[in-house]
Amino acid sequence: MNPELQGRVFAPTAPYLVGREKVREFARAVFATSPLSFDVQAAQAAGYSDVVAPPTFAVVIQEATLAQLLAEPDAGIDFTRVVHGDQRFTYTRPIVAGDELTATLRVASVKSLGGHSMVTAESTIVDAAGDHVVTAISTLVVRGDE
Amino acid sequence: MTTQFFSELTVGEIVTERSFALTRDSLVRYAGASGDFNPIHYSDAVAQSVGLPGVLAHGMLTMGLAVQPVVDWIGDAGFVSDYQVRFTRPVAVDAAVGAVLTVVAKVGAVDDASARIDLTVTFNGATVLGKAQVRVSPTPATAADSPTV
Repeated sequence: MNPELQGRVFAPTAPYLVGREKVREFARAVFATSPLSFDVQAAQAAGYSDVVAPPTFAVVIQEATLAQLLAEPDAGIDFTRVVHGDQRFTYTRPIVAGDELTATLRVASVKSLGGHSMVTAESTIVDAAGDHVVTAISTLVVRGDE
Repeated sequence: MTTQFFSELTVGEIVTERSFALTRDSLVRYAGASGDFNPIHYSDAVAQSVGLPGVLAHGMLTMGLAVQPVVDWIGDAGFVSDYQVRFTRPVAVDAAVGAVLTVVAKVGAVDDASARIDLTVTFNGATVLGKAQVRVSPTPATAADSPTV
């Protein structure tokens, strides 16, 4: 992997409009049972404008930034050798249906360990007003040649 | 949620636990919902061609479901302010019998306004996530409710 990737900042992704049915679909897929993710009235009674996305929903928006990284011509990342090492989400507020979100990727670090490389990708996700919603951080391990 | 809620917690106390029965259907459903269509999560042939025993669950599916008992316990996904995991062992989902994941959530640390909940996620007697930690704290319900600066 190209060590000069460290510190690189990518162009913001196209705005992602969070749909109510998408939140419900994702919530079902992660076995969520919270009424706030399914029932608009329950979400509004809790103070939200619409249904609340589960804590890992941000991966849907983050995904576009990881695709940018893997497609970067000089990155030297072989997609077939990538393993997800760890993942973190740090929220300022939860994602709710109706949010229009944009993600900006920064390569926080590139390290070599044995024959493997590790890249930590930090995607900052903001709403239409530009206010921070969540930062998604992934460490990808790229296995070296055997 | 009040500060009293946190002060009544004890480090080491189990706050919630739940088991999840995954099938291949669960993986297809998650693939569609998340947009992660890596074929190692639905095709044995592809999984085996890259040296895996067979179809694996998406790591992000394991992460996504493991926090759900905590969401139900606190009653609001918006109270999860930070959530991190390390993927330490794959979850192979058998075509016939599926896979059962067990989540146990314990208080790892607590102060007046927040708590760290540590998750132990087990499959076939071994843990599949490391350093799985959920920070819960009462946060503003929406951006509109936040103090303007």
